[in-house]
Amino acid sequence: MATSSVSKGCFVFKPNFKKRKISVPQLQEELNKNLFDSLIEFLRKSYSGFQKSSRDWGCQIKLREIPTAALILGVNVTDHDLTFRSLTEALQNNVSPYVVSLQAKDCPDMKHFLQKLVSQLMDCCVDEETKEGSIQVAQKKTHCSMDSLSSWYTNVTRKTDPKMPRKKRTSSSQWQSPPVVLILKDMESFTTKVLQDFIIISSQHLHEFPLILIFGIATSPIIIHRLLPHAVSSLLCIELFQSLSCKEHLTTVLDKLLLTTQFPFKLSEKVLQILTNIFLYHDFSIQNFIKGLQFSLLEHFYSQPLSVLCCNLPEAKRRINFLSDNQCENIRRLPSFRRYVEKQASEKQVALLTNERFLKEEIQSLLENLHVYHSNYFLVLRCLHQFTSSLPKYPLGRQIRELYCTCLEKNIWDSEEYVSALQLLRMLAKDELMTILQKCFKIFKSTSEKQLGSTAKRIEEFLAQFQNLDEAKEEEDTSGSLSKGLQKTDLYHLQKSLLEMKELRRTNKKQTRFEVLREKVVNFIDSLVREYLLPPETQPLHEVVYFTAAHTLREHLNAAPRIALHTALNNPYYYLKNEALKSEEGCIPNVAPDICIAYKLHLECSRLINLVDWSEAFATVVTAAEKTDADSATSEERNEIIHARFIRAVSELELLGFIKPTKQKTDHVARLTWGGC
Amino acid sequence: MMSKLELKEDRMLEVQFVGDDDVLNHILDREAGAKLKKERTQLLVNTKKIIKKPEYDLEEDDQEVLKDQNYVEVLGRDIQESLKNGSAADGGNKVYSFQNRKHSEKMAKLASELAKTPRKNVSLSLKNDPEIMNIPQCSKGHSASDNVQLKNNDKSATAPSGLKKRLIVPRSHSDSESEYSTSNSEDDDGVAQENEEDTNKVILNQKIPSQNRAVSAPVCKETPSKKMKRDKTSDLVEEYFEAHSSSKVLTSDRTLQKLKRAKLDQQTLRNLLSKVSPSFSAELKQLSQQYEQLFHKWMLQLRLGFNIVLYGLGSKRDLLERFRTTVLQDSIHVVINGFFPGISVKSILNSITEEVLNHMGTFRSVLDQLDWIVNKFKEDSSLELFLLIHNLDSQMLRGDKSQQIIGQLSSLRNIYLIASIDHLNAPLMWDHAKQSLYNWLWYETTTYSPYTEETSYENSLLVKQSGSLPLSSLIHVLRSLTPNARGIFRLLIKYQLENLDNPSYIGLSFQDFYQQCREAFLVNSDLTLRAQLTEFRDHKLIRTKKGTDGVEYLLIPVDNGTLSDFLEREEEES
Repeated sequence: MATSSVSKGCFVFKPNFKKRKISVPQLQEELNKNLFDSLIEFLRKSYSGFQKSSRDWGCQIKLREIPTAALILGVNVTDHDLTFRSLTEALQNNVSPYVVSLQAKDCPDMKHFLQKLVSQLMDCCVDEETKEGSIQVAQKKTHCSMDSLSSWYTNVTRKTDPKMPRKKRTSSSQWQSPPVVLILKDMESFTTKVLQDFIIISSQHLHEFPLILIFGIATSPIIIHRLLPHAVSSLLCIELFQSLSCKEHLTTVLDKLLLTTQFPFKLSEKVLQILTNIFLYHDFSIQNFIKGLQFSLLEHFYSQPLSVLCCNLPEAKRRINFLSDNQCENIRRLPSFRRYVEKQASEKQVALLTNERFLKEEIQSLLENLHVYHSNYFLVLRCLHQFTSSLPKYPLGRQIRELYCTCLEKNIWDSEEYVSALQLLRMLAKDELMTILQKCFKIFKSTSEKQLGSTAKRIEEFLAQFQNLDEAKEEEDTSGSLSKGLQKTDLYHLQKSLLEMKELRRTNKKQTRFEVLREKVVNFIDSLVREYLLPPETQPLHEVVYFTAAHTLREHLNAAPRIALHTALNNPYYYLKNEALKSEEGCIPNVAPDICIAYKLHLECSRLINLVDWSEAFATVVTAAEKTDADSATSEERNEIIHARFIRAVSELELLGFIKPTKQKTDHVARLTWGGC
Repeated sequence: MMSKLELKEDRMLEVQFVGDDDVLNHILDREAGAKLKKERTQLLVNTKKIIKKPEYDLEEDDQEVLKDQNYVEVLGRDIQESLKNGSAADGGNKVYSFQNRKHSEKMAKLASELAKTPRKNVSLSLKNDPEIMNIPQCSKGHSASDNVQLKNNDKSATAPSGLKKRLIVPRSHSDSESEYSTSNSEDDDGVAQENEEDTNKVILNQKIPSQNRAVSAPVCKETPSKKMKRDKTSDLVEEYFEAHSSSKVLTSDRTLQKLKRAKLDQQTLRNLLSKVSPSFSAELKQLSQQYEQLFHKWMLQLRLGFNIVLYGLGSKRDLLERFRTTVLQDSIHVVINGFFPGISVKSILNSITEEVLNHMGTFRSVLDQLDWIVNKFKEDSSLELFLLIHNLDSQMLRGDKSQQIIGQLSSLRNIYLIASIDHLNAPLMWDHAKQSLYNWLWYETTTYSPYTEETSYENSLLVKQSGSLPLSSLIHVLRSLTPNARGIFRLLIKYQLENLDNPSYIGLSFQDFYQQCREAFLVNSDLTLRAQLTEFRDHKLIRTKKGTDGVEYLLIPVDNGTLSDFLEREEEES
């Protein structure tokens, strides 16, 4: 154990990292803020409902029913903390200063439960009033019971009541005596007995100690009834609140962070896929998702030298002027930029490759183009999502993130799904089409971009045409029926005219005005998609803002230590690039590191391994390997050394958890793994 | 020439050609008990590699693997993509596949094969070996007939009768003769198979060191028909339970005592190992240089709220030490050697409160202490602390509570944690909640360097405890005791040392001990003595044993060398 406390001093990063370091936390904060906002929004919603209902419960308090809110939060337990924190804040601001949250692990029994409750309540109280530390300490050690709690409560409310008007507390003014809100963060893990006892006791004291319970539930509301017998649950007046599902959270986060031009940083298709897959297949944790996002951001700024330009447009333009020769060279080396240069006229090519100033100007315009590309991209993407999200069977996915992934990956119009989606679009009914168009119109209207402003106009026109269609049709219908009614014909003529009409209708069928219009709309959308939803790889300088290193993300976030160990033991050549270690699949050369050999040998054993056999087998292999350079030392000494090496290898394997000593048989070890690893 | 058939576990049949002379030699030599293993092994014609075959060629498994791969693809794991990470090199199917049942000889067999492989690429020479014939699937009848042939041959040969008997009547061997034993050796009626297996053993025995003389009937429950069943998945399951449910394990009975070099102590072990020149030093150096380039990146990531965990084969201690010396010189940091057997979360927290925060008070509980530290760090954002933990997964720290506490520490914004893990199942320590506390970034750092420090504290199987560690812990524990208690303990030590040469010494009886203590004015009632003894027992300083006469005997379970060292040290100090 070595503790070294050296003088306090901050590690200073190399200056060129500094700039990035500043921008990273900034962005991170914004990341978190966005998430938090969405959470608060949700809480407000559930909370307002809660407040309303808790008022109604006022009358029920006399009936000894504890008002209870069951908050169903979903399985992403790691996110709950954040939710509860903001919930506590919101409650403290709006309902009552006395908000206590308890966790199951703090309350193994009733005594601890009450102790925790009391100490936290006192803390709340101290926060509210001026700090009275000395009393605090004394109270902490007093015996805690419900009686003492309720007497404390009456005490406090009496004390604070006269102060109330002076302080003008908005929160407490609604309540003459603010209730105590008790949050049980993880209801499932509480012991049944503690919960039951507490509920029964507190219901007895409810008239003097107004209590509101909030259960945090990760699974399903049935758990309440499973934990509490009827006699107990009848003491509760339970209202269910469902939190936003984590998938919806994900959508909001993506929407606010990635599908916007506000943040220049973007993820490539693979990275996004990995992040969403970790989310969907592993933990449903928004927190982890944000972590992944933060990590990719960090990695991007760290590994991509041109990420200096990954900031908002004016700042980037300013930074372009300060680009060093080296950085210019880096830009010239970007594959996307080279592709761009190749497309230019030869004079321009030369200028781009030699003239720094010209290059910088060009970069500015390119970055601007990139920005425009993105803003158009997201508009069209959202628009397309409006169209495809309601199609049967969701050929392009139900969520916008799925659509985004496909669009990032390739030209979406080449995909079969897109073709089938368009076919389905051509069959949409009018009112559906109109609602979608209206939504799209709203999307486009929200921007001020020139090109897409015209799009909004086009959509408006379409909408108007649809409306006209209605009127026109009505007119047509009425005129048609009128003319028909007036005509007088004989049977032959009637037959003839009917045939004619049939013919006419058939040809007309293809060209109903509605159908023509629908076709037009679909084609219009198609053209929009083809124009604006180009994959980002086609854009010059996309490397500046897109993070593509999906494998590093996976390596560091979703690592597989067991497989790494397996590889290292089975195939040392993978790490030590020495020709002597090269071997075919599944076997190991005898010059491999000792531990690899010992490991390989132990794989051949069943549950128990005889150490003597093992050591002899090991010695056989190792002596064979040494044969060429042997004969220098005496054989006895060599054997000793080999034995020592064997001991080391065995104890290393023990440390790694492959074997353990056993008493089943003398000088045996037990294997702890089953199978190849 | 005569051919022998070998039936492998992998349902691969291989034919070996062994000259008659070789067989003869082998038998004679086994009878003589001469040690000629090297020559023997070289005489053997090389067999094909028998390294455990992964099971993916089975149909049912194929599907499983496919499913796995789907999942893997879904995760975006692209094998080609990552070159740095070992995890990509092998698919999960090999790591997590079931093993076949093993027989004890396999190890020796594999060893001899590995030994025989020339330094350079082996596979080629093996493949070109004209003498090896692979018969992929062979009927039972065939092998049985071969067996008969073999028996006849053996009969005609001038083999000693004992062995011959064993070969002809495989089940007739007596257990006393055999060095292999199971807890209950099974007599199966699948004669053909047993024969086969037995002949197998005979061949194998050539490779096993000659000490290994007799062979017992293998435990082979599977009847041939069962074996032929193609339902592989259920087979695998059965195999698993077969190997794990019964207590019968077939291993040889040899013990280390029969070997000359049994246990080495820590010091000699180190001396011996220091003579070994490490191989592949150039490559290892390259690896470590590669990791050193990451130091600044780690630093950045630590400062941004991530914590770093290193995994991979090989001691990461040196790497972390270098990290510490190169980049942490100017910051406050605490190094925690998790592999140290005396480490506990309490001591970690103590060193933080006492030495980093210069707090001299005591705390009621570990949680209180944690709360205090957390508050301190939250209040003062200028405070920064780097925690370096070697072996976060060590015995002492892997408990749920310890991990929770360390996780809570690491989740603080101004505490930066960089740790290493080694154990195969280390990631199982962390559930979702803990993982989010830790906020890990994983780095693979396979170093292949020996775990010298990490294993030196371990009660290793083959290492004789030299006593250096118990001595220090003895001193440590006794310093915390009252002088009287120390006196009591010293009495016991002295008595034990006096009876050094008495082989029938089982300890000091409680009554005698009480008398002695009274005479030395150390205790005044037997209750005080008992209380004291309880404390010793809690520290595992003494052991009590009921003698045949029902009297309690006290014994110090520490070797005498250590005890006398301890006494000397005590006397020096006083």
